[in-house]
Amino acid sequence: MIYALCLILIVIGLYAVVTKKNVVKIVIGLAIAEYGINLLLILIGYRKDGWAPIVSPDMDPAAFAASSVDPIPQALVLTSIVISLGVLALMVALCIRLYERYGTFDVTEMRRLRG
Amino acid sequence: MENAIPLFVAIPLGTAFLIPMIARKLKWAPDLLGNAAMLGLCAMAFATVGQTGIYHMGGWSTLGGFKTPLGIDLRLDGLSSLMLMAVNLIGLAAALFSVDYMKRYTDKGRYYSLFLLMVAGMNGVVLTGDLFNLFVFMEVAAISSYALVAFGCEHDELEASFKYAVLGSVASAFILIGIALLYGITGTLNMAHAAGNLAGGGLPLLLATGLFMCGFGLKAALVPFHAWLPDAHPSAPAPVSAMLSGVVIKALGVYVIARLVFNIFGPAHELLTIVRWLGVVSMIVGVFLAIGQWDMKRLFAYHSISQIGYVALGLGLGTPLGIAGGLFHMVNHSVFKSLLFLNAGAVEHASGTRDLKRLGGLNKGMPVTANTSLVASMSIAGIPPFNGFWSKLLIVLACIEAGRPWLALAAVLVSLMTLASFLKVQRYAFFESARAALSQVREAPLLMRSAMLLLAALCLIMSLLVVTGLESPLLIAPAVQALSGVFGSS
Repeated sequence: MIYALCLILIVIGLYAVVTKKNVVKIVIGLAIAEYGINLLLILIGYRKDGWAPIVSPDMDPAAFAASSVDPIPQALVLTSIVISLGVLALMVALCIRLYERYGTFDVTEMRRLRG
Repeated sequence: MENAIPLFVAIPLGTAFLIPMIARKLKWAPDLLGNAAMLGLCAMAFATVGQTGIYHMGGWSTLGGFKTPLGIDLRLDGLSSLMLMAVNLIGLAAALFSVDYMKRYTDKGRYYSLFLLMVAGMNGVVLTGDLFNLFVFMEVAAISSYALVAFGCEHDELEASFKYAVLGSVASAFILIGIALLYGITGTLNMAHAAGNLAGGGLPLLLATGLFMCGFGLKAALVPFHAWLPDAHPSAPAPVSAMLSGVVIKALGVYVIARLVFNIFGPAHELLTIVRWLGVVSMIVGVFLAIGQWDMKRLFAYHSISQIGYVALGLGLGTPLGIAGGLFHMVNHSVFKSLLFLNAGAVEHASGTRDLKRLGGLNKGMPVTANTSLVASMSIAGIPPFNGFWSKLLIVLACIEAGRPWLALAAVLVSLMTLASFLKVQRYAFFESARAALSQVREAPLLMRSAMLLLAALCLIMSLLVVTGLESPLLIAPAVQALSGVFGSS
């Protein structure tokens, strides 16, 4: 069920990327899709009633492995957030430069190159 | 050798951070450092021939009695070594070319910094043995290439870069979902372990495969996913176009597809069929779109799509001969396509335009550029004795051997169309009588010439690889071997 919600979030993001005319809205759409993916990653490592994956010296490793949530996806999500921050910063900078050159945020008016 | 593997990422990364720090004080530092780093990397890449090894970052820990792999593998095998040579050699030629070419732009320090980050990302992608690490390196290379496409900051560059960044980010998003699903199925990110744990993946596995094919297909610009390439590649500065068309689409796209299909998912019939048809469609559509172009770099960019189609066709046949042909064509293409883009850069540098209708008679003023571009054109069109001929011959033979004569016929016809469009380039740019405005063009500076001559010589030298035999333990055979069998078993 929650998986479906993640997928809906991703699809909303992709919908914005495909249909919106405003470059800033396209960037926002990408960001929404990224959030959906990050949630999906966290969900894959989730375990119902699991512990936070913090090891202390007096803990029994077997019990820890049996009952904590998976720490790897959490590490991956942190990395992925940092990466998407980098991409977003670059794309917002591109939007600003595009506005300087074209005087508009509308992609339909940026038609110098024919695909 | 194992301990030297991380240097392929560490050297360009370190130099990329060093350059902007000292570029303000020392104007000559970016050129020198950038080229020195590429020269060193190139020498190291050639030293990896015939070597294999695994470098393990992090340790193996025993938790609760069972061994869990913690940390990231960097794996060097035949295919990685082949890709490393291609990436770093083209990188060296592009860096040499940049010394004079990039004078027209303002900030050389940042240019070399981004350039080296791109090289670091690609070296990481071809060496890594970990799925998420692959994603991280891929993003490093991708972000720096978005920035490099926009380097001129004019209308076209910004528009192309935005398009490239949006489609590239969508591709990365697909790939990340695929990695998440694969982790959910196998419980590991290590490619070798993942390949062993795939049994019974069911629907999520199918979804992950589809997402990977879409994502990496976008990065490789195979045909339904090619829309960004003809804008992004011509808009970048010439040495960057040479890198993008020469190695980025291969290291981030085709190489990873080959790894996934052969080493992780296993070459199932359906998967190979998909790769093969993506290849055939790209091959045909690319060449038809190319032949009508008048902008030199745009024409070359469409040919990249077409030639990547050949590579995918060869790999998609799945036979040893097909894989050998595909990989050989991939390396050949990176040599002659980057040479063509450097030629276009030299023409633009001298004449101020790359519109074929406004060029002509350049072979008198620019003999080196004209002759090297003739070599590259004959290579890409598949004329003996240049390297493109041999790899296309291998692919055609592999098609016939696999019992698919129609695909062989398509490959030959596309090759003829390629010849036609390159005859057009040669005629309009170099051979026709000179125009008054162009009678004073001068040959490109020494470093640009030497970069072009280096690549043109390689076009000839690489055909010797066939003469020495594909069975010889040089270059191609170990790469084919790396793709057959489960990853990391060797």
